[in-house]
Amino acid sequence: MKYEITIGIECHVQLKTKTKLFSEVDNDAREKEPNSCVSPVDYALPGVLPRLNKEAVSLAVRAGYALNSEINLYSRFDRKHYYYPDLPKGYQISQFYHPIIGAGFIELPNGTKVRIEHAHMEEDAGKLTHFSNYSLVDLNRAGTPLIEIVSMPDIHSATDARDYCKELWRAMTYAGVTYGDLYNGNMRFDVNISLAPEGAKELGRRAEIKNLNSFRSVERAVEYEYERQSKILDAGERVKQETRGWNDATGKTTSQRSKEEAQDYRYMPEPDIPPIRLTPEFVKEEQAKVGLLPRDYRKMFKGIIQDDILEVLLDYQPLMDCLWQCAGGSFEGPKTRPSGPERPEKELPDIAKSHLKRIANWFSSVLLAEEKSYEMLNDLPSSKQLDDLAEMTEKQELSSTGAKEVFTKLFDPQMKNKGAKDIAKELNVLQENDTGALEKIVDEVLSDPACAKAVADYKAGQEKVLGFLVGQVMKASKGKANPGAAQQILKNKLK
Amino acid sequence: MKIADKTTSAVQMVKEALEKAKKYSDYHIFVSLNEETALKKAEEIDEKIARGEKVGRLAGVPYACKDNFLSEEGNTTASSKILEPFKAPITATAVERLEDEGAIMIGRANLDSFAHGSSTENSYFGPTSNSKDKERVAGGSSGGSAVAVALDIVEFATGTDTGGSIRQPASFNGVYGFKPTYGTISRYGVVAMASSLDCVGFFAKDPEDIDLLMEVCAGQDPKDMTTLPDYYNKENEISASKIGIVKGFGQGLAPEIKTAYESEIESLKSKGYEVIELYMPTLKYALPVYYILCPAEVSSNLSRHDGVRYGFRAEGVESLEDVYGKSRSEGFMPENKRRIMIGNFVLSSGFYDAYYLKAAQARTLIIKEYEESFKKCDFILTPVSPNPAFKLGEKTGDPLAMYMEDVLSVPLNLAGLPGLAIPVGKTKDGLDLGLQIVGPRRSDKSLLAFASKIKEEK
Repeated sequence: MKYEITIGIECHVQLKTKTKLFSEVDNDAREKEPNSCVSPVDYALPGVLPRLNKEAVSLAVRAGYALNSEINLYSRFDRKHYYYPDLPKGYQISQFYHPIIGAGFIELPNGTKVRIEHAHMEEDAGKLTHFSNYSLVDLNRAGTPLIEIVSMPDIHSATDARDYCKELWRAMTYAGVTYGDLYNGNMRFDVNISLAPEGAKELGRRAEIKNLNSFRSVERAVEYEYERQSKILDAGERVKQETRGWNDATGKTTSQRSKEEAQDYRYMPEPDIPPIRLTPEFVKEEQAKVGLLPRDYRKMFKGIIQDDILEVLLDYQPLMDCLWQCAGGSFEGPKTRPSGPERPEKELPDIAKSHLKRIANWFSSVLLAEEKSYEMLNDLPSSKQLDDLAEMTEKQELSSTGAKEVFTKLFDPQMKNKGAKDIAKELNVLQENDTGALEKIVDEVLSDPACAKAVADYKAGQEKVLGFLVGQVMKASKGKANPGAAQQILKNKLK
Repeated sequence: MKIADKTTSAVQMVKEALEKAKKYSDYHIFVSLNEETALKKAEEIDEKIARGEKVGRLAGVPYACKDNFLSEEGNTTASSKILEPFKAPITATAVERLEDEGAIMIGRANLDSFAHGSSTENSYFGPTSNSKDKERVAGGSSGGSAVAVALDIVEFATGTDTGGSIRQPASFNGVYGFKPTYGTISRYGVVAMASSLDCVGFFAKDPEDIDLLMEVCAGQDPKDMTTLPDYYNKENEISASKIGIVKGFGQGLAPEIKTAYESEIESLKSKGYEVIELYMPTLKYALPVYYILCPAEVSSNLSRHDGVRYGFRAEGVESLEDVYGKSRSEGFMPENKRRIMIGNFVLSSGFYDAYYLKAAQARTLIIKEYEESFKKCDFILTPVSPNPAFKLGEKTGDPLAMYMEDVLSVPLNLAGLPGLAIPVGKTKDGLDLGLQIVGPRRSDKSLLAFASKIKEEK
């Protein structure tokens, strides 16, 4: 039997605030000793009270913009109760009844729209490390601000599930609200999967796969679940509603907790934190700080940069920013994101489009092929250098091989401060376009006894020997001749 | 209030207070005494005075601190087994502000474990006796604080009032007890009972002393988001002329309380105050509303006491569930457990809407009813509790009878209003009787001024 798969995804995003959501200690615990970033609030001493970090609210408002969501001007925190050593208070401060981010959507590269039900702020829990007969608690992460983005069940394939997660990652990193380091758990995905016979009106019972931290594992887990649940349904049985874990090594999901064991979180309004009341002005101000998003770049570069190349480059925000600069956009400073109001709307001239296309191709075929491309992304050439390089290539002053050579040198610490033209000169790869000089070389080649037979053959009507003659010209010019120009001159002279 | 100066030694005051505290040790007023540090601080103040240096507004004044305020001196037990070994690494904002002005904490005053109770009988360290009759209760939950002031051991004491825990013991012991407007004094560093109801306040022998303590402690604290900007030190006092009394409120009062109430009303009339009868039909729901919302918050706030990071942990535990289950079962008192269970019940899925949400809505109605009433009068005068101090053990077997003790005090907490318990006389057996003056939000300074005035007029 064939089944239709329905998927909804909850995504936790760690916000890159300086301090934690409710206390004043460092929120960045990377490479820090366990339990060294813990305040009395995170440790949940008696009598201590949470103090809301305004920066987290700002970032949540910006995230809402990237999710095409309405921001709720009134929102509030609630307590979600459960006992576990990674949760010192015995409750997590979350937003259950009144989340800050309302309904929105994310559009996938293939055009599928996945609706966002809502997104809310909450605090992260600590980290447990289990040993054979004891466990250790590290509270460095306890109290890190999160937003949890809850999608509608609008996803119907493993690839769409993967693309949705990736698109969320792009939106959140472009909006500058998270470091987006998946390896360190900056974004984590809980995937709800259910199967129903094709055409069925009701959804099947779902399994939730918790805590996936890569796009690939999301895709694989969905594929695995499709197989697993299909078999159960084929056998005429019902899927158990439960929480399952993903094992990346075995490629399987395993049962963790069934619905019967599901906890009652006893949600209650958080009395220690007054409701958040935002003004429309504040929302506008914060959202104006969001730079260009993947959706802006797609709109801008569609039809200019080849779709598949654009999709590859969209994984690298610095490249998109750089292309935007090449297209005439401006930055306030080297590290500042372009600000909202001056998003370029006007149509680019053809010449600019052609330059962008070339630069995009170098990015995808040269830069991203480099072993150290990740480091190179942090120090990209200026838009002037790239534009000059594109211009020279356009004018055929450089061969495509020569252009790639110059492009690579733009990242060379010894060369990178020089102009593209100077580098080309230094590398001796400028093409000979000077007709006078080229004609001289052509004359030399034609008078070379070694070429006499070829010349005779050509004149006798064997046009394919022209290639041989062009090759001789190239050789004589030490590769600097423009092959097109050389061919033209040869043709004229042999008429 | 006696404050240290060139003729009054802080050391002398502290020594006397400590001596008296020891003399009354069989009253179970203090959980612990800070002899050494208190005397050391007193010496420092005396030296400063001798050098002619400036000292604070409460220089050398000995006080008792309810044992649910965190302080780096000694243990903060909340009179519970589960926090008995707990030594706080931080100090409550209120304590910090008092000590910055030179007040000296001589000891930690007894309370009902986690402030759950109306008699101080729920203390893990034993009940505090009433100042007038050792066989009777001190009231609660701030029983130790009230008796410490009533027996003249200290000039003042701190307390917390979630449903009457300052006003009721004050009235049981013939002292003034003040619960400010919610948010006036920071709750930071005070072991939470019910966060939306908890207020820090004081016991003293006259309203002027409380006024001084309020001046010192009131005001915004960045560590407590629910604190109000300081209005107390900016408030213009209004002189009261219209006093409200609530029709039908206080049915079932003990005859002696009823008589004291009526005679106070007559006395006010004779002094020219206009007494206005108010109809407040929603108030009768205050007690059930309170005993839904309060346990809900209690159950949540007590979750952090899990035996994992601090405080008591049960011996012989073999699993994580045991650490939680046994530590909490052994560490909490029966009344703590009762409230945790009620709270968990009203918050559980399927019951939230029927209990918690309904109670929260009723709370809004009570707030509105008070707002309407204060359009007609400046202050409201009511009894604090239906009975004077009862016998030790008299109500411990009947939790509902104990809860009924709070029927007149809890409405203020639900509405966040200030209330002052004032002594108004004694029963024929010599037990203290008290009434409470209730004001609109942020009328705290005027309310204390009004209390001073009627005290002078006596």
